[in-house]
Amino acid sequence: MQREGQVRIPSGCAISAMISLKGAATTGEAITKSMVPMRDRSNGLGGGFAGYGIYPDFQDFYAFHVFFDDVAAQKECEKYLKEGYEIVKSEPIPIRKIPEITDVPIIWRYFVAPLQSVLSRLQLDEKEFVARTVIKINSQFQGSYVFSSGKNMGAFKAVGFPEDVGRFYRLEEYAGYAWTAHGRYPTNTPGWWGGAHPFGILDYTVVHNGEISSYDANRRFIEMFGYKCSLQTDTEVIAYIADYLLRRQKLTLEETAAVIAAPFWSVVDSLPQKESEQLSYLRKVFPSLLLTGPFSIVLGFDGGLMALNDRLKLRSMVVAEKDDMRYVASEEAAIRIMAPNAEKVYAPAGGEPVIFKVQKGAL
Amino acid sequence: MSVQYLSSEFDVVRNLERCVSCNLCVRECANGVHRIDERSRKLVVDESKCVDCQRCVAMCPTRALKIVKNENSFKENANWSADLISEIVKQSNTGAVLLSSMGAPKPTPVYWDRILINASQVTNPSIDPLREPMETRVFLGKKPEQIRRASDGSLDVSMEPQLVLETPVMFSAMSYGSISYNAHESLARAAQELGVFYNTGEGGLHEDFYRYGANTIVQVASGRFGVHEDYLNAGAAIEIKMGQGAKPGVGGHLPGAKIVGDVSRTRMIPEGVDAISPAPHHDVYSIEDLRQLVYSLKEATRRTKPIIVKVAAVHNIAAIASGVARSGADIIAIDGFRGGTGAAPTRIRDNVGIPVELALAAVDERLRAEGIRNNVSLVVGGSIRNAADVVKAIALGADACYIATAALIALGCRLCRSCQTGRCNWGIATQRPELVQRLDPNVGARRLVNLLSAWRHEIKELMGGMGINSIETLRGNRLMLRGIGMTEKELDILGIKHAGE
Amino acid sequence: MRVIEAKNKSFDVLNDEIYQSGDELKIVECLGQRFIASGSRGKRIVISGVPGNALGAYLAGSEIIVEGNAQDAVGDTMNDGLIVIHGNVGDAVGYAMRGGIILVQGNAGYRVGIHMKEYKEKKPAIVIGGRVGSFLGEYQAGGLIVALGLHKDDKETLGAFPCAGMHGGKLFVRGGLGTVSFPEQTTVKIANPEDLAEIRPLIAKFCETFGYDFAKIIDEPFTLVTPNVANPYKQMYVAN
Repeated sequence: MQREGQVRIPSGCAISAMISLKGAATTGEAITKSMVPMRDRSNGLGGGFAGYGIYPDFQDFYAFHVFFDDVAAQKECEKYLKEGYEIVKSEPIPIRKIPEITDVPIIWRYFVAPLQSVLSRLQLDEKEFVARTVIKINSQFQGSYVFSSGKNMGAFKAVGFPEDVGRFYRLEEYAGYAWTAHGRYPTNTPGWWGGAHPFGILDYTVVHNGEISSYDANRRFIEMFGYKCSLQTDTEVIAYIADYLLRRQKLTLEETAAVIAAPFWSVVDSLPQKESEQLSYLRKVFPSLLLTGPFSIVLGFDGGLMALNDRLKLRSMVVAEKDDMRYVASEEAAIRIMAPNAEKVYAPAGGEPVIFKVQKGAL
Repeated sequence: MSVQYLSSEFDVVRNLERCVSCNLCVRECANGVHRIDERSRKLVVDESKCVDCQRCVAMCPTRALKIVKNENSFKENANWSADLISEIVKQSNTGAVLLSSMGAPKPTPVYWDRILINASQVTNPSIDPLREPMETRVFLGKKPEQIRRASDGSLDVSMEPQLVLETPVMFSAMSYGSISYNAHESLARAAQELGVFYNTGEGGLHEDFYRYGANTIVQVASGRFGVHEDYLNAGAAIEIKMGQGAKPGVGGHLPGAKIVGDVSRTRMIPEGVDAISPAPHHDVYSIEDLRQLVYSLKEATRRTKPIIVKVAAVHNIAAIASGVARSGADIIAIDGFRGGTGAAPTRIRDNVGIPVELALAAVDERLRAEGIRNNVSLVVGGSIRNAADVVKAIALGADACYIATAALIALGCRLCRSCQTGRCNWGIATQRPELVQRLDPNVGARRLVNLLSAWRHEIKELMGGMGINSIETLRGNRLMLRGIGMTEKELDILGIKHAGE
Repeated sequence: MRVIEAKNKSFDVLNDEIYQSGDELKIVECLGQRFIASGSRGKRIVISGVPGNALGAYLAGSEIIVEGNAQDAVGDTMNDGLIVIHGNVGDAVGYAMRGGIILVQGNAGYRVGIHMKEYKEKKPAIVIGGRVGSFLGEYQAGGLIVALGLHKDDKETLGAFPCAGMHGGKLFVRGGLGTVSFPEQTTVKIANPEDLAEIRPLIAKFCETFGYDFAKIIDEPFTLVTPNVANPYKQMYVAN
């Protein structure tokens, strides 16, 4: 049977997210619990989480979370890492052995910093170098898979139901200002942990519900710029698109949303001239980064979250707030678990980005 | 009595019970197939002149006529077909090069017919094109590699000139001269109504049609007929014709007999003089010379028009296209092996070039591998026959398609492949006033609008089935395609999987 | 007269300045900028230095005077106006030229006047003072090409294969033809006074421009080459 990446596996899903605008830390317990009422949206074949602000002691270092098939793969990968990085800490990610999670690979964590000498030789900025490292390992190193690579954040994922995955990774022992979660409903057995969500590159992570119809158009475009879609999942290509538009093209979050969930031409044509020109420009320049088909996503980034529905709103997604907390989930029930008294529950319109950023200076 | 080396290709069958001897067929046939015998005053037929254009059949008020293949047969075998035998006879009669028109009739593979399209089931929804928005607008032209911002932080929206198409189908180049004034007017009007473009071909732009300039692509070919500064500025884009799919590596040749009246004036050459377009542009002998020609046109139009470079699909097309993309072209048009023509040497038509499906797939992949696909748009033609071909072409990687033969069929053409005679009974490939007037531009334009409107519906329907509501996300979306009955190599070149995979 | 420094300027910047300038201008320190005055009309432009390829392409009426040599594709698809080169030029001078005059004092490269054509009052003309390269007037469909053979070296005035595919227009060659031969679809004869009447004003303009003695130049015998058929390829094809 082919592994995820050798074959494209469509899947449906549940997503959930929370953030404190004041930057207050919450443990991973709440987000884990939020997935319970949405159990029917997953089928036990993938669950995962991303936490932001969880590594304050190592906040200047990139945290690489890596799956290894075996020790040989790990040795080979570490040898490669040492060529470009100072590794300040290397350890297994703590887990809790539970019967629901089986076939556990080697799960390791490295806190690293790129070597300045290497950066100046390659004439690359730090983030680009890290991104290239991750893409290279994931596409060329058999048996190694980097599933998290940002600073002061981390993704945790496995084959299983999300609430079990949360317990497995002992998320109650981490505290962060923002969390995202994902429960997966793939159409067949990937049998591999890399295929679970979130998918991330640098500090960008994506959890996603739906199957986009634009996948191969998006993939073939983004791969022109050095990305390699080794998983063939929507989430992976969406994460790369976010990285390309936000980091490399320096678009704003709103502009990024206007590319990937572009308003219809009929809307663009009817707007005031300046606005119409701006939106029209984005669509002309990045036509191949439009996503069509159903999706609801939560994009996590350093200091915030962005929730976005496809422009026809073919997937469910609600947002809500309580004091400084903001919540996003596929279903309101998930939010009520995290915040029973949440207010202003509403379903954003298709293509309307909902952006939450931690207040300036709070972090 | 001389020997009749060849029998006629067709038989004219007249149902005498229906025929009312109105003699309309006599008047309709410019080839002189139907004739009234001087002595007997009876209708007689010279089927040796019949090209099977179906005009008399279409016009006969009592439906008394049909044209059938002559059942007389050579003793063919698997090696020597009737066509091959006839060609030998024609050449030994005349000592001349065989000249044909329209696309390749030989049974070379039509890959469109071996590609199947996907549809959504369960995991994501199909979309009803009648109920939900379905977008087919396309911009052709170079896109910036990096966005820029104005001083107020907003996006600097200036970019290279673009062509906007409301449906990703355009009418490809057919010169005034090779086709009639009324055919051109039909195309121009239809393009305007549809929000697309027609193409002058290498025959200049008739002064009456400058008003359709916003929907016109003006062509510059090796003969440079009718090319001057006003002409260059009249259209929405300029196309440099480097080659044509029906006859790669061969120039054009409009016989002096067709250089009459307005055609002569529009081409700016005297009546009766052959209009010869050399095989190459004599200022383009190498790729860096193409850059010179592209930029000379950009400078002459003050950099306001996108430049299209049209090339025939030949063996090394991927590398050629990459070179063209790096030569300042905004749009590359690839013309396939099966494309039509008013006249091409038969041997060239049937043996030179490659199918456009393979060329397109190879070019799109190559430009992506080099990271320059966004620097240039791809338009493909030769031959696109229906909406499914358009959808497949776009999913393989094209931005838009060119059609010409399909447009001519809409105007009445029945592919009799006799354009070079200048006696087109449908008023299309002729300059004879009495024939030209048979094509009413009102009717012609309406039929073309009907055709592309129908295609647009079908494109939307196919897109909707795939759960795609914007043509942009169909482009290059090869996962939406599967091959059927192809070899690994063919699938590999097309970049698609086999059905069932 | 406005003076434009071309030094280190790209062609688009230089052309923008040319279009935005008045009708009289001089370009100095020109070095390889292409497409100068492309498609322009109504200007008089003097150029010192070496202009790049496609000088005056699609020219629509301007006058361009180059004080020295010019490169390839001068007057490509030129429609009207005058180009004067006080030196030598490269290949394909006046390709597909349809109107106006190109005067070259020195020698010219391959394919001079290739595919030149004429229509009614639009009759282009090229005069080359020295010798010309091969394929002179290839596919010529109209207009006048004059080769004066004023070069000082002992090479022949014409290169190989002149007038290949010629089906219109006229070629005049001053002085001896040497060993060159013409295609069978052309007629080659000594030009009579009537023939010469057509090019006398042109030669007068050449002499006046470059300071030659008109009488001395017109005194030599000229050869006139014209096509003998308008449709040289008619018999080549049979319908299939």
